[in-house]
Amino acid sequence: MGEVDTKGVVLLDFWVSPFGQRCRIALAEKGVEYEFREENLGDKSPLLLKSNPVHKKIPVLIHDGKPVCESLIIVQYIDEAWPDCAPLLPADPYARAQARFWADFIDKKIYECGTRLWKLKGEGQAAAKEELIGILKLLEGELGDKKYFGGDAFGFVDIALVPFVSWFYTYETCAGFSIEEAAPKLVAWGKRCMERESVAKTLSDPHKVYEFVGLLKKRFGVE
Amino acid sequence: MAAAGGIEVKLIGAWPSPFVLRARIALNLKGVEYEFLQEKFEEKSELLLRSNPVYKKIPVLLHHGKPICESMIIVEYVDEAWPAAGRAILPADPYERALHRFWASYVDDKLNPSGAALSKAQTEEAKVEAAGQVIAGLKLLEEAFGRLSKGEGFFGGDDIGYVDIALGCFLGWLKVTEKTSGVKFIDEEKMPLLARWAERFCAHEAVKAVMPEPERLAEFARKRAASAKTPPAN
Repeated sequence: MGEVDTKGVVLLDFWVSPFGQRCRIALAEKGVEYEFREENLGDKSPLLLKSNPVHKKIPVLIHDGKPVCESLIIVQYIDEAWPDCAPLLPADPYARAQARFWADFIDKKIYECGTRLWKLKGEGQAAAKEELIGILKLLEGELGDKKYFGGDAFGFVDIALVPFVSWFYTYETCAGFSIEEAAPKLVAWGKRCMERESVAKTLSDPHKVYEFVGLLKKRFGVE
Repeated sequence: MAAAGGIEVKLIGAWPSPFVLRARIALNLKGVEYEFLQEKFEEKSELLLRSNPVYKKIPVLLHHGKPICESMIIVEYVDEAWPAAGRAILPADPYERALHRFWASYVDDKLNPSGAALSKAQTEEAKVEAAGQVIAGLKLLEEAFGRLSKGEGFFGGDDIGYVDIALGCFLGWLKVTEKTSGVKFIDEEKMPLLARWAERFCAHEAVKAVMPEPERLAEFARKRAASAKTPPAN
């Protein structure tokens, strides 16, 4: 990562990105002031290209000129750089390993499966829908009757997953199913998270997400 | 090194797996005694399926019977569960930790898949393309080595750390692929830092007893190809 010439905390991001939103939520939970810079992904800024030369992707958190890349790595960095309030990971090593496991699972599965769901039609879409339902049910099982994935404290796994809640409407509408029916506890969890200011102020309006995906579909020639 | 952990630590794995090797190296670095439960290649054990219902894959670490899955998550767990033993696997500084996590992720998200693409490539053209990707990735790691090692012998500095484990576990298989493809991946002239690091890594006390010889891996690969099964991978 190329070190750059910025001061304080800067977040290079894109308004609807669930990955960027993870970082925004973490920063808000910690009460960290930062400068939000919206990137034009069709014309990436020199700052983005210099601070993330390997992937050239958002989000990038730049702290006193030092860039951190990859959303879950950024969230862990935020937790460790501002350790004095709102711990995002539990203290116990086993609980931390479980949190990392589920955040990683969410990272590996949801975006990719969700993308297939809106990009494909027919059998491909039906398969993606079944897969997504399976993933959400598994997560619901892990959540159980807890308030949050971390228990009473909102944390790493909640942050990893919650931005995708505003994509539920898009997934449901594209593939014709109800996530509330498939995973009601997860939907309830999403509503509880939305009661937190950090989440309510960050998540995109589900209809705006749907509009955005509509534009992507046109660009990819879907439908 | 003082033994720690006793027989309350078990590792479900298989000797050829580079991902399992990561867990073994981490445990060795911390001097943790553990029981190695070798999986049969043809059939996954009840214990594995019960301990890792999500992925059904090795390695799985069992500590007091509680499972930890995913190789680098296991490595980080070992670092945190035995903080006083051996040496820290991840650095203390938050920014350095982020850099080490980034490069370990790079190995798993980019380098390993391009290696897998190489082994699956059917045409000469595809092989050349895939080999090129692997080399490009290794070049980035050569540069990263300069930044992370701070002039010392490992990505982790004066001893093996998180990124060393993430990348070094593949060195045995890399040697096998170099022989079968005729391509030199870690060329001493083009990647001098990685070339010397690779030797140091393979010779390290925590590694040499558990890293399989390339000849043994090659034999395993031949037998596997002969029975046309895909190897267990993570």
